[in-house]
Amino acid sequence: MSRQTSRIADPKKVNSELFNLTYGSLVSQLVKDYENPEDVNKNLDRMGYNIGIRIIEDFLARTNFPRCGDMRDAADKIQQAFKMYLGLNPSIGNWSGASDEFSLTFETTPFAEFVELPDSCSNLKYANILPGVIRGACEMVQIEVQSWIQQDTLKGDNVTEIRVRFIKKLEDAMPAGED
Amino acid sequence: MSIHSIYIVSKSGGMIFNYDHNYPKVETERTFNFPLELKLEVRNKKLIVVFGGQKDAVCAGQTLLSINGKPICEGPILEDGTNVVEFLTNEANFPTSLKFGKSRMSTNEKMFLGSMFYPLYAIASQISPEPHSSGIQIIEAENFKLHCLQTLTGVKFILITDPKFVGVDIVLRRVYEIYSDYVLKNPFYALEMPIRCDLFLENLKLLLEEVEKFGISYK
Repeated sequence: MSRQTSRIADPKKVNSELFNLTYGSLVSQLVKDYENPEDVNKNLDRMGYNIGIRIIEDFLARTNFPRCGDMRDAADKIQQAFKMYLGLNPSIGNWSGASDEFSLTFETTPFAEFVELPDSCSNLKYANILPGVIRGACEMVQIEVQSWIQQDTLKGDNVTEIRVRFIKKLEDAMPAGED
Repeated sequence: MSIHSIYIVSKSGGMIFNYDHNYPKVETERTFNFPLELKLEVRNKKLIVVFGGQKDAVCAGQTLLSINGKPICEGPILEDGTNVVEFLTNEANFPTSLKFGKSRMSTNEKMFLGSMFYPLYAIASQISPEPHSSGIQIIEAENFKLHCLQTLTGVKFILITDPKFVGVDIVLRRVYEIYSDYVLKNPFYALEMPIRCDLFLENLKLLLEEVEKFGISYK
């Protein structure tokens, strides 16, 4: 049973260039407004958080996955979500000893195909919206995580790496009947 | 096969949405002569039939809804301010046409009931002898069935249908999809707040009408 009612896919699909341009203009406007790249990073993370808390319901409504038992499960679902929403295929790896920390590795920074960071913004994290999305989405299913950009191709690294670390399960926010 | 109403309860327990689709209307209008054979009493600012009448027509439990076509407001008074109790004790006003029926719940009453559902749901999952039990999924009564879907995020979708309804799970999932589209993707909607999105209501109505006309379509 797939959704096909009002989702005749083609008219609703947007050219990815338009999406890259939109995100780029968003980041550049934030840089102009805030001037300090650290503030821009924080704001991107916050915007990502707001997206995350909403997109999780869409993800659950479309896929009907059950609750994740551990971080390996969660990592797998996050990977599927990237595929579903952005058509990207990050690889999962760099697991910590206790299996509560992992990395999503992209070949290049998402949305940044034609981007070069100027010298004044050398510590700007261009795709910082993504860790925010991961954090917001996980929080809505009662998993508190910390998420940050570990490596960035825009800064000269080989790959772009987003690291996700499990902090704790939000027991008191758990809906009744699921423990 | 009809759907009576839909309620959505947020993860913190408050009712954020309610829609009455096919709420069966129980109303009777008749001309009455003095003296009235029904015993009426004022309760909660409404005039309620306490005793008298027949089971299939006007009977105990129904509220006086209008006099001669003019609706009755809280008080109970008419729109022009006439006290209804005085009106009905004055023989000169008869014969008069009175409409009795089941009064609809006010929004406050609905919110109260909707918010009561959350703790009941939690109690149900705790009473269970088996661990990891879900909460209330179906409440079945003589004239209706109440179905509940709880999402992983704690939002509950409650559907009240007639007892013969089949395929509620699919309808609940479709409502969840519509919610994730028209409510959550509206940037001006704040989470946990009452839902006041017209697009959501429109699409919900379309879904319910489609379900009632054609049955559940496996799309």
